[in-house]
Amino acid sequence: MTFTTNSSLPWLILLLPLASAAIITLFTRRSKTLSAAISVGAVLGSFLCSCAVFTKIDISAPEFTWIDIRGTLQVPIGFILDDLSRLMLLVVSGVGSLIHIYSLGYMRDDAGKSRYFAALSLFMFAMLGIVLSNNFVMLFIFWELVGFTSYVLIGHWFERDAAAEAGKKAFITTRIGDFGFMIGILMIWIASGSIVFDDIVAHLSKITSNPTYLTIAALLIFCGAVGKSAQFPLHVWLPDAMEGPTPVSALIHAATMVAAGVYLLVRVGFLIQASQTALLVIAWIGTITALLGALMATQQSDIKRILAYSTISQLGYMVMAVGLTSNEAAMFHLFTHAFFKALLFLAAGSIIVSLHHEQDIWKMGGLSRNLKITFATFFVGALALIGCPPFSGFFSKDAILALAYQQNMSIFVAGLTTALLTAFYVSRAMTVVFLGKPRSDLARAGAESPPVMTGPLIILAALALIGGWPVFAQNFLIVPHEKETVLTVPILALTALIAGSGIAIWLYRNRDHEPLHADLIRHRFYIDEFYQWLIRISQEFLARVAAFIDRWIIDLGAVRGASGGTFGLGSLLRLFQVGNLQAYAFLFGLGIVALIYFTIFR
Amino acid sequence: MVTLGYYLIVSGILFTIGFAGVMLRRNIIIILMALELMLNAANLSLVAFSRFHVDPTGAPNYNAQVFVFFIITVAAAEVAVGLAIVVALFRLRQTTHVEDITSLKF
Repeated sequence: MTFTTNSSLPWLILLLPLASAAIITLFTRRSKTLSAAISVGAVLGSFLCSCAVFTKIDISAPEFTWIDIRGTLQVPIGFILDDLSRLMLLVVSGVGSLIHIYSLGYMRDDAGKSRYFAALSLFMFAMLGIVLSNNFVMLFIFWELVGFTSYVLIGHWFERDAAAEAGKKAFITTRIGDFGFMIGILMIWIASGSIVFDDIVAHLSKITSNPTYLTIAALLIFCGAVGKSAQFPLHVWLPDAMEGPTPVSALIHAATMVAAGVYLLVRVGFLIQASQTALLVIAWIGTITALLGALMATQQSDIKRILAYSTISQLGYMVMAVGLTSNEAAMFHLFTHAFFKALLFLAAGSIIVSLHHEQDIWKMGGLSRNLKITFATFFVGALALIGCPPFSGFFSKDAILALAYQQNMSIFVAGLTTALLTAFYVSRAMTVVFLGKPRSDLARAGAESPPVMTGPLIILAALALIGGWPVFAQNFLIVPHEKETVLTVPILALTALIAGSGIAIWLYRNRDHEPLHADLIRHRFYIDEFYQWLIRISQEFLARVAAFIDRWIIDLGAVRGASGGTFGLGSLLRLFQVGNLQAYAFLFGLGIVALIYFTIFR
Repeated sequence: MVTLGYYLIVSGILFTIGFAGVMLRRNIIIILMALELMLNAANLSLVAFSRFHVDPTGAPNYNAQVFVFFIITVAAAEVAVGLAIVVALFRLRQTTHVEDITSLKF
């Protein structure tokens, strides 16, 4: 194991944020400015190293064995540095850097600033770890670490009950998926005898020989992605996660962590693509999520929640693309989405800060006058999100829709409906927040955010604009090519876009209140309520069983049984204690006679 | 000719008298005396065994006699402790009757 400058770069990428988190936690908690500087410096260092790694094709990192149970299990600590992970490194550390810088402005007066930056650095460590892992075990460890940091950061303002609850909800909900993921890993390990991706590819035939087993294993691994990428039915945690600081929402719950699920699916694409059933299930879960997410976004009044549901919906698109066997399209959308969704969140954060933490869109309005840069950048992000050419979202979403058009018409129709709904809710938010008259004093007095916040916005806006151009994107990834240029798809998509935006603008122009009332959608199809009910019922049942066991078996059987038994036996033995000395002596003598009789005459 | 059997019969009679005393008398002092009788019955049989268990040179087996010494010693100690307890008991309860002493009964 020799370290050279080149081969130590991946290690540097991974360990810089960890070192930053450690230093902040151990030494510089008191000095907020220093902590922030260390954290930003570390992530910028990671970004630079990622750039260096990206440009060098033939880079490799030393690898060592961590666990070695001979002949059974080998767990190396090693890195995978193919096109996919190098692209993800760039996206994660790049968007991460911008968001770190933005956080300097957003969190400038926060009491827990050091804690915030330590957690952010730890998150970067874990996320980069997921991207770099070359085996399932390492990936799973970082996967859980990401979940933990997400929990910490959502609950950053833990004195607010809602934030603490949201953190718990996010952690527990994703853990449900992770449990499936873990079993999936075990199944793959049992079948192939290895947990390293490359070895599994080499031994793939061992798994594919049993299609049912393979399908179950692939779907269990998909469970992990369902939890982390907030796919239906485990999407409920993501909107609540908006209780965290907005940069966290942008970094973790829009650009990187939730995309980790998609990254995982692409990483294990060789497994998933071996099972048609798994592919179909994944495609449909993605489609349902995209559609539900978009529907639920249309009736929200909290600006961050609108974006959260939009994220769920866009992640649905990516998963749909994976299910339609196009990893390229999924990664392409992940790439563009990371930019424009981070941009939208940060712009929303800029609005929230200038309005003193007001998040209700009905208390905003007319903000395009005061917040010019924020408005312009949000507008760019919105256009990219709804897929308006020539913004980045157009290209990536079009690729996915074209894919669906070729393969599965019903998925295509659902995807198109989602596109229409996306245009609708984005235009709704734009109209209500930025146009019309200010609907509160706060909105009237709002002022533009400092350059440290608008700077990242402008950079991200530029990326959101050009991120999808094939000229730009092909430097980073394989831009999916449609087999024959289907003009129908972009035309239909544009029609949906114009229709959706048109309806929204017509409906919401100069309104002071929500004109539409769809209770079912506003209450998110009562899925949360259903889960509450389910948990209550199952908990009630479990509690009853536990109470029965406790009351009748533990209390009555074990505890009272033991005491009653000894008491009864004692009463029985007490009969012998007559208190007559001679009786004892007589019994004693009798005993001796009996003993003699038995020893001699028997 | 007095054989071993006679000694053992006497010893058995003595032991039975002692045992009956222990069983039937209610006065602790009498019970102690009956106990001594039983011990001495055992001594008698041991000495008889010693006398009739001779080795080829005609010498008796002295092991049993050593046992007897031990028993006499233990009996002396037992009487000393026993009588002391009886005295203490009498001071406490003004009785030596076993049926009056039942406080250890539940």
